[in-house]
Amino acid sequence: MLLDNVTQTITRNGREGGSAISLRGVVKRFGSITAVDGLDLDVPFGSCIGLLGPNGAGKSTTMKALTAQVIADEGELEVLGHRLPEDSKQARAQMGVVPQLDNLDVSLTVEQNLLVFAHLYRVAARDRRAAIEHALAIANLGERRGSKVDQLSGGMRRRLLIARALLHRPQLLLLDEPTVGLDPQVRQELWALIDLLRSEGVSILMSTHYIEEAERLCDEVTIMSHGKAVAVGPPRALIAEHAGPEAIEVYGPPARLTEVERMAAERGWRTRRTGTSVAILRADGAADVDGERRITNLEDVFVLLTGEEID
Amino acid sequence: MAVAVRPQRRLGRLERAALSGVMVREVVNFSSFWRSSTFSSTVDPTIYMLAFGFGFGSLVSEVAGIDYIDFVGTGIVATTVLFSGAFPAMYSTFVKYQFQHTYDAILAAPVDTEELVTAEALWISARTGVYGCVPMLVAMVFGLDPSWGMLLVPFIAGLAGFGWAAFGIFIAGKAKTIESFSYWQSGLLTPMFLVAGTFFPLDQLPEWAQALANINPLYHCVQLVRDAVFGLLGWADVGHVAFLAGFALVAWRLAIRFMERRLIL
Repeated sequence: MLLDNVTQTITRNGREGGSAISLRGVVKRFGSITAVDGLDLDVPFGSCIGLLGPNGAGKSTTMKALTAQVIADEGELEVLGHRLPEDSKQARAQMGVVPQLDNLDVSLTVEQNLLVFAHLYRVAARDRRAAIEHALAIANLGERRGSKVDQLSGGMRRRLLIARALLHRPQLLLLDEPTVGLDPQVRQELWALIDLLRSEGVSILMSTHYIEEAERLCDEVTIMSHGKAVAVGPPRALIAEHAGPEAIEVYGPPARLTEVERMAAERGWRTRRTGTSVAILRADGAADVDGERRITNLEDVFVLLTGEEID
Repeated sequence: MAVAVRPQRRLGRLERAALSGVMVREVVNFSSFWRSSTFSSTVDPTIYMLAFGFGFGSLVSEVAGIDYIDFVGTGIVATTVLFSGAFPAMYSTFVKYQFQHTYDAILAAPVDTEELVTAEALWISARTGVYGCVPMLVAMVFGLDPSWGMLLVPFIAGLAGFGWAAFGIFIAGKAKTIESFSYWQSGLLTPMFLVAGTFFPLDQLPEWAQALANINPLYHCVQLVRDAVFGLLGWADVGHVAFLAGFALVAWRLAIRFMERRLIL
């Protein structure tokens, strides 16, 4: 009886209160390059967490470490209560992975791709049919079930990749740059799909270098730069903390922009040059500056923290 | 206590579910390219057999007391196993990890490299078991007498095929570029193919060449098939089986080790 209670408490902590993913001090080196450099990361159950950073920040390496396709040199990794890399197979049985690179079987049909992965994910024979139908419905590919993958559009292929990762009803979904290279309209379709999964309680870790994607979908983001987490928190809180309520965007010829930058530097304000304009951030009491007032965003935070532009 | 948190039983090594999962993928894919694969795996050796059997056979009617066409027809079973085992394993493995990223997808599912490699080799081995019989069946059309021992040929071809498939996967795992396959083909596989006792008996060769042939898995496959078909099975064949099993084991472990290096960073 007592044992039962204890077990239940442990189970509850492990499943609901705890983390689907927990990384502590993870380091991964490739030769002389340190791709991930002491990363801590938590994905609480039921939340959607974003890994935000430019190409080369270590996002994909982190994602691969979560499926033990990259073995960390240092640090502790736990996924769904399983220690990695030794118990990774258990963890993989309960998670779905949507890779950045399309690795569908192009000569097979939509349905055949799902059938193969229903086997690989060990969906029981009696549930296989239903699992495939469910995945087809989620991805809205029912009418294309018989089409070969090489006849599908980029957006459809990405939806199929997501459907494939959901066949076994995973508790955790890893999305590595889920909308990279897609049209804005297709991207929004995918956002709706990811939002739906989130509302169904699937824990999600997504890496992205699209700021808007992270702002819209993620409960919390971890901003990565050179393999490290430089800030962690809900998007709005990070923006409020680091970028203040509004920015002043000054447009003009290059000479004018340079002048604005010098003036801002003198007054101790941070600036950000984006092609045709200079954004002045945290410019409290800058009523005399001519420019367009706009709401600050995550991109401002990113630039402030890392000194790099994200795209 | 911690064990109670685990929601399911512990997954072990070389699980049936994982092996069959990988093989299902191969079978479904095979349904779209079986024609070309079957063509190249069976027509090539059949042409060799007819060319040698009739071309060379017009000069030599008998070898070691066997009609020359029967001698070649049984020997070339091993060639077929090599062609339909090592070569598809090399190329398809390389293409799958380098260009199609198929293995990335499979290893993100609950499948380990060991299971992946084993399943791929088993599937190719099953194919070589079938393809290996084709030249023997063609030889029967040209007069090779049926025998009960022929029923063993698919198993011999399957065992040798597992070894060659694993060896092909090992080469693919080791190769940095697909061009480097030429070194393996010209430097190792072609000489092995010629000095296996397929087209001429090895006792004509110098002793050093005979000694080398003894470490050639193809030679053991050729001997085993002939002994089975002509009803000559004896103790020596236990040695041939043991050699093929040993080759399969070593090639299998090498394939796993090199594919792990390639796939797990």
